[in-house]
Amino acid sequence: MTAIARLRRTIARVRDHDLWHDFTASRITVAAAAVTLAIVLAALFAPWITPQNPFDPAELDLLDAFTPPVWAEGGDWRFVLGTDDQGRDLYSAMLHGARISLLVGFASVLLAAAIGVTLGLVAGYSGGAVDATIMRIADIQISFPAILIALLIDGVARGVLPRDRHDELALYVLVFAIGASGWVQFARTVRGSTLVEKNREYVQAARVIGVRPAAIVLRHVLPNAMGPVLVIATIGLAVAILTEATLSFLGVGVPPTQPSLGTLIDIGQDFLFSGEWWIVVFPGVLLAALILAVNLLGDWLRDAFNPKLRKGVAR
Amino acid sequence: MAGDPLVEVDGLVRYFDVSPPLLNRAVEGAGRRIVRAVDGVGFSIARGETFALVGESGCGKSTVARTIVGLHAPTAGAIRYRGTEIAGRSAGADVAALRQRMQMIFQDPYASLNPRWRVRDIVGEPIRHNSLLPDRASVAARVAELLVRVGLSPVDGEKYPHEFSGGQRQRISIARALAGEPEFVVCDEPTSALDVSVQAQILNLMKELQRALGLTYLFISHDLAVVYHISSRVAVMYLGRICELADTETLFGRPRHPYTRMLLDTIPDLEMGGRDREPVAGEVPSPINPPSGCAFHPRCPYADARCRTERPELKPAGGASVACHAVEEGRLG
Repeated sequence: MTAIARLRRTIARVRDHDLWHDFTASRITVAAAAVTLAIVLAALFAPWITPQNPFDPAELDLLDAFTPPVWAEGGDWRFVLGTDDQGRDLYSAMLHGARISLLVGFASVLLAAAIGVTLGLVAGYSGGAVDATIMRIADIQISFPAILIALLIDGVARGVLPRDRHDELALYVLVFAIGASGWVQFARTVRGSTLVEKNREYVQAARVIGVRPAAIVLRHVLPNAMGPVLVIATIGLAVAILTEATLSFLGVGVPPTQPSLGTLIDIGQDFLFSGEWWIVVFPGVLLAALILAVNLLGDWLRDAFNPKLRKGVAR
Repeated sequence: MAGDPLVEVDGLVRYFDVSPPLLNRAVEGAGRRIVRAVDGVGFSIARGETFALVGESGCGKSTVARTIVGLHAPTAGAIRYRGTEIAGRSAGADVAALRQRMQMIFQDPYASLNPRWRVRDIVGEPIRHNSLLPDRASVAARVAELLVRVGLSPVDGEKYPHEFSGGQRQRISIARALAGEPEFVVCDEPTSALDVSVQAQILNLMKELQRALGLTYLFISHDLAVVYHISSRVAVMYLGRICELADTETLFGRPRHPYTRMLLDTIPDLEMGGRDREPVAGEVPSPINPPSGCAFHPRCPYADARCRTERPELKPAGGASVACHAVEEGRLG
């Protein structure tokens, strides 16, 4: 079979699938997916579709600082959306910043979900002392604000690592800090669903058949506990991006030479009252659009993965 | 009784600890609370028969079923399958192979099928888990055959459980149980969640499968009409113990234990129209704190001093086994 024929068959299979019908039936979802995809792709290919590398000081000129957008008086075609206080092209900085925001967001949510789902499943299914230990640790952790834990982890990393090493590792430290502070929600939700599911008769049926506990948890309980996880993960993605922005604002996030979306909003906020509105508005609109679109997608996923809510799929 | 015993249950005891947490016990000075769900139950089931356990809610009949299939470990007592001990500490390594021949049909057809699995995966699970068939094609063929056997269509395998009615789901449940190639099936109130018309269909299907495949059933129910229809022997349970055990004809024709009489009096029937019936008096006492002596004595019209202090054991009485002092003493014919 040629590669093209194989591709055709895959496309045909996708178009026949329930999820695809479900997806195309909801215009808002399609729009949200389009926005998300556009932002993710733009962020991914930022170095090739932007005129300037905002992370390279050699390309910046302080004389270009505070150029307004092109349609305003004093606008410059080189800087379509204007520039910030450093003379960075906002369009380029936004796409590069979205890259960092999305990277930190996705990676930390993945980390938080991996830790939280695993611990939640283990706690819920084993019960007893294991459950009590894990959930008390979660209780202790949740009594601290997430940002405080992230600050603590970042502070320790800063103390342990030399400065230049830390700048290199700043992204990893951020991901770890945000991820490690976000697992509790996943663990609690998954534990709750696990407690419900493990007493359902289909789990008992699997036990009667003789399926091992690990296989029951992975193949029976996990799929039925994943619905809420997707919803938490989407909200978590937004929260993670915002946490990253807050940390960057406090000066413990990404280095100022590599601004994320949050950092750009923060920079712009300083100049909002002096008339340079574009520095805060454009990154802000991009961030809001991204988070809204991701949330809409999450809502749709929640409905789509629950076959009971699926309506009107002809067979 | 025809045939050798397939399943023997001997002195089965299962307690549940429902005490408040340690901290509450320490602070409030509360003691431990133990539910005596099953408190010394013994019977044996012959190959090919349908043995029914009946009783009111909370009498421990489901706990007996779950303990036999291994969902609960017994607190004490023995369960033997084909003469091999399969529960508790003395259970051997070959138990898994024996358990495979033992399947269960659950009460709630809406909860007993994983909502995210297609029917073919649900029915195929015992086959895949026990590697009964070598490849996917033969598993698929076997699943289709099983679906036809229980009165569904092979194309139903592609659907999800929520696309079926309660009766159809129970058929899927039965197909899953059959997929494990069992010889002994524990049915935990398989029809109590279904409409009356559908109940009859499911019962007839189960009878037909029993004839065709030589199955042995343990049938748990609170519905005496259903039990009369399907079972060959019946044990009546009250508060964790068996109070009467007899052939179906004997039990329904001439109930001996006062509790059995009371239960049978509750069945409405056409010939009894207009006649006064003995209403069921009182409620089932708590199994956390069961009455002394015979557990039934607070509700029993024939109870005397001995009944309040001494626990009756199952003793033969005219073709049945009855645990009642009044029957034993001849006070009650």
